[in-house]
Amino acid sequence: MALFLARRLGKGILVLLAIVVLNFFLIRLAPGDPALVMAGEAGAGDEIYVAQLREKFGLDQPLPLQLGLYLRSILSLDLGYSVRQQMPVGRLILDRLPATLLLTGTAFLISLTLGVALGALAARRAGRFADTAITALALLFYATPLFWVSLMAIIVFSVRLDWLPAFGFETVGGGYTGLARAVDIARHLVLPSLTLGLFFMAVYVRMTRASMLEVAGLDFVKTARAKGLREGTVQRRHVLRNALLPVVTLAGLQAGTLVGGAILTETVFAWPGIGRLMYEALLQRDYNLLLGVFVVSSAMVLLFNLVTDVIYRVVDPRIEAAS
Amino acid sequence: MVRLIVSGAVVLLALAGAAVAQAPKPGGVANAVIQPEPPGLMLGLLQNGPTQMVAGNIYEGLLRYSETLEPKPGLAESWTVGPDGKTYTFSLVKNATWHDGKPFTAADVLFSVEFLKQTHPRARGNMAKVTSVAAPDPHTVVFTLSEPFGPFLGVFEVGSLPMIPKHVYEGTDYKTNPANNTPIGTGPFMFKEWKKGSFIRLVKNPNYHLAGRPYLDEIYWHVIPDAASRAVAFETGKVDILPGGSVENFDVPRLSQMKGACVTGKGWEFFGPHSWLWLNNRQGPTANKAFRQAVSYAIDRDFARDVIWNGLGKPAIGPVSSSTRFFNAKLGQYSYDPAKAKALLKQSGYKGETLRLLPVPYGETWQRWAEAVKQNLEDVGIKTEIVATDVAGWNQKTSEWDYDIAFTYLYQYGDPALGVARNYISSQIAKGSPFNNVEGYSNPAVDKGFAEAAVAVSPAERQALYDGVVKTVIEDAPVAWLLELQFPTITRCKVKDLVTTGIGVNDGFRDTWIER
Repeated sequence: MALFLARRLGKGILVLLAIVVLNFFLIRLAPGDPALVMAGEAGAGDEIYVAQLREKFGLDQPLPLQLGLYLRSILSLDLGYSVRQQMPVGRLILDRLPATLLLTGTAFLISLTLGVALGALAARRAGRFADTAITALALLFYATPLFWVSLMAIIVFSVRLDWLPAFGFETVGGGYTGLARAVDIARHLVLPSLTLGLFFMAVYVRMTRASMLEVAGLDFVKTARAKGLREGTVQRRHVLRNALLPVVTLAGLQAGTLVGGAILTETVFAWPGIGRLMYEALLQRDYNLLLGVFVVSSAMVLLFNLVTDVIYRVVDPRIEAAS
Repeated sequence: MVRLIVSGAVVLLALAGAAVAQAPKPGGVANAVIQPEPPGLMLGLLQNGPTQMVAGNIYEGLLRYSETLEPKPGLAESWTVGPDGKTYTFSLVKNATWHDGKPFTAADVLFSVEFLKQTHPRARGNMAKVTSVAAPDPHTVVFTLSEPFGPFLGVFEVGSLPMIPKHVYEGTDYKTNPANNTPIGTGPFMFKEWKKGSFIRLVKNPNYHLAGRPYLDEIYWHVIPDAASRAVAFETGKVDILPGGSVENFDVPRLSQMKGACVTGKGWEFFGPHSWLWLNNRQGPTANKAFRQAVSYAIDRDFARDVIWNGLGKPAIGPVSSSTRFFNAKLGQYSYDPAKAKALLKQSGYKGETLRLLPVPYGETWQRWAEAVKQNLEDVGIKTEIVATDVAGWNQKTSEWDYDIAFTYLYQYGDPALGVARNYISSQIAKGSPFNNVEGYSNPAVDKGFAEAAVAVSPAERQALYDGVVKTVIEDAPVAWLLELQFPTITRCKVKDLVTTGIGVNDGFRDTWIER
């Protein structure tokens, strides 16, 4: 196990470096640069102004030198400085991390628990009313665009019914502290986390259901029933557990995107998370910030892949034996 | 006698108006939208729209300007212009202090001019003819010019020449000074807190130099990245102020018809946002004058205003906006006339080449407008394809002249010498900036006319010179003027006196109060 982990970690670091280099060149292929964007926003600008900005951004250096400097600072665990925001990239990302983790983490939990539970229920009642209702609902959430669901949720629950706040992380100027603040944030969290969670929930429902139905027809399930085990036990211990592997794979993929944030949801609900930070950095060609977010989120994807592989071994010990 | 009666009636009317208007009530919080989130608030270093809108409360200029662009007192309480038009003397208010308690004096004005000449491209141009700035005493500043410069009294607004605290910045690297994150000005509101991605909070300056102002205790600027969500924020009462341009234009009629909502198109007179199509004068069919005139006749401006801009704005008849000084309504030429456009097109020898049409990447309204113009042009037989791009790409393509027809809009800053000339004179042809003579138009008569009009002393003389230049430019049609844009400010009606100058919301909430 230790050897496995060490090998995977070493590979991970190499992959990460390759990602950095690739992204570094990729984002420079986009037309324009941060200096032009800032001059453009100012509504005025002469050559001196743009040249000053380029110097400030370090864009007057040759490209290989820029890459070298960037790699050096990454290797010393420094994500660089965002000239546009006048702040170190690491701090900008850390500032946004709690909000993003709260949103994506909640959505992750909602989708995984509800998805597996409903999927198992649908599989057990295959062909009956509950199954039809659940699969129809799952299909609906799976097929509907996320931003549309978000906007409709805002119109229904905020504008018409006035039950929940439409956007933001907490009430601005509310002055809440302690428990009152937690409740306030939780109220703001409901709509974005639900809309974000519904899509993945639908995926888990379909995956769990299909996988369970497949396993349910296998010989060892018949054997379990023949032994006289109760139906609930058969479903839980024999069917569900063996059907979970594809769900774990998918959950690993979703978990990898936790830190990357959710651009659409964060934008529509004005959630101050990393997805928005990244999207705005892209539009503004804030290279350092954009690369910083890429580095952190790809590191997370690599990490969660590793965690997923470890979980495989726990869920199904045969995998370790085989490797 | 008749005149006496008339003026008596005016006085009576004014008195009646005063009786109806209520006395401002102090206190309360203003909730406004800011879009997009500004990169910073140090107005001397950053000149983008959102920075000006928020920082216009923190910083101040020497002067403010009325809706007809007459100068009004700001940090200068009075001013005189020498008879030769070369010396400008300002008397500063005596009790103004910086937010950290230090007094504001003439030394700060001298420092600000030097600071801005290094960092502020517009100030650099505005101050180009200034040979010396002197402070004979701590509350007097004298600007001396090398030659008369007609628009000079118009360049002291907060966004054009914000006052910067000398004691904070002197001897430091301006761009990395930590004070940039906690800006210090003399304005009616002080910076308090900025939660990036959520809100910016300003609080009342208790030591403001104008007694009794400001009325408001606090201002929250809410950062809401999605246009539809910004509309919802107003509908649900989360915010009471939507500054111009913060919601999509098609939402304006719906929001302004809400109960308790008020709309004004005022407050943009100084900026005079003027939109047009840059026609690349260097190459292809657009290099031909008859072709460019054909484009101008082919465009249905009334349709664009009524359908795309929901009836807001005015057709632009030439290079000078109707809110800018020296506008002359008699000089227009191009009406919607497809038949004439077709005739000119034939005369130009256009062979049906497909032209690249570059919209402004600022949201849905501009995209729809590009589609309408494309259709106008196709109706008379000009083939175009719309090029998709984002803000950075648009800046790149226009400043590298990589387009055939490109939408744009620019501010005029109240005077043709400041905001108009830059798009038409040959010395402003330079790659690397999307704010100069991007179309590549060059006419020695026009260059000469603009140069003379800028330094002519009497307004009548300037008017005559500008009329001559404008006539030539309209005939040459280097660009196709579209609309004088209006960005309506939508507020809850209980928010009073938000827009009181020609600079509008960008001039700060000094006089704003909330009815309760």
